[in-house]
Amino acid sequence: MRRADILREVAPLLREHLTVCNIGIPSQELHAIDDQPSNFYMLGTMGLASSIGLGLALAQEKTVIVIDGDGSVLTNLGTLPTIANNEAPNFVLMIVDNGSYGSTGDQPTYTGKRTSLAGIAKASGCENVIECEAKDVPEQLAAAVAARRMTILVAKCESGNEKMPVITMDPVAIRDRFMSAVRA
Amino acid sequence: MNLAKKIVDDFVSNDVSFITTVPCKQLASVIDEVENNDSIYHIPANKEDEGIGLCAGAFMGGKRPAIIMQNTAIGVTINTLVTLTQFYRMPLPMLISYRGELGEPVACQVEMAVHTKALLAQLNIPTYHFHRSDDVEEFDRILKYTFMANKPVAILTDATFWGGY
Ligand SMILES: [Mg+2]
Repeated sequence: MRRADILREVAPLLREHLTVCNIGIPSQELHAIDDQPSNFYMLGTMGLASSIGLGLALAQEKTVIVIDGDGSVLTNLGTLPTIANNEAPNFVLMIVDNGSYGSTGDQPTYTGKRTSLAGIAKASGCENVIECEAKDVPEQLAAAVAARRMTILVAKCESGNEKMPVITMDPVAIRDRFMSAVRA
Repeated sequence: MNLAKKIVDDFVSNDVSFITTVPCKQLASVIDEVENNDSIYHIPANKEDEGIGLCAGAFMGGKRPAIIMQNTAIGVTINTLVTLTQFYRMPLPMLISYRGELGEPVACQVEMAVHTKALLAQLNIPTYHFHRSDDVEEFDRILKYTFMANKPVAILTDATFWGGY
């Protein structure tokens, strides 16, 4: 299974919650699979999906699911200690760990070699860290949301992108639509 | 005048309730005030671009955010300011210690100070420079202006403003 296969499986669940989606192909795939007002698509700014999602979770009570990537989290590793030390029960960080920088041409990341993001998350102080195979993601994600416990879910999957259109929505329109969903 | 208290009182009266900080010796008193204020959620960040991401999320969650950082951070936040804060049109007061100005004991700080205003001008970020302690009187209006304009706004505070090192 690749990232897009996981997104198709979890789309019905994401639809019920606020979703912050990582820059590049992940946002393009989610947008093409199931565009929702409750999706915040990052059009730029590598690495900050988890930070945006944490700020959002701390500011209001609705459940926030972040769709992040291994390359993105590696760019912003400082996020994991910040997450661990600012407990938000409505925050789930799902790291789609395909061992590659998907949006830039699938160059390998270190998580496909010796580095474990689940290990880093635990060492950072995150209490609920789950690493699972792609096929188990829907069940694990649903359980994390239902438990209302801050959770880091590392979803191991194959690398590879699906060819989806670039998002042409205006960023202010994305943000305004998303903020209406936050308030709804 | 207690500058740190005045600044944090202005944050509170302008409904700023989510503040991220990356420490600077010059800003230690403000960071303490933020930490000890019950109506502000204080979230220390490990890097300033991370902090700006947190602020973007908090803003979309309905809170008024702010970041407190050193001017050296301009170098690491340009991409985030442009592709997140400005591109999505979000407000962000940035209270910045302007290291490398008169009274500075560390030569390396000057190297970034000479680029600070030029970089902010290049980014079209409205910039205010607090040099005399009375300049703090404008802080309240700068916050109102920031949330009116929905833009990042920089407030540079130098060593003379803070009364030296
Ligand atoms: Mg990847």
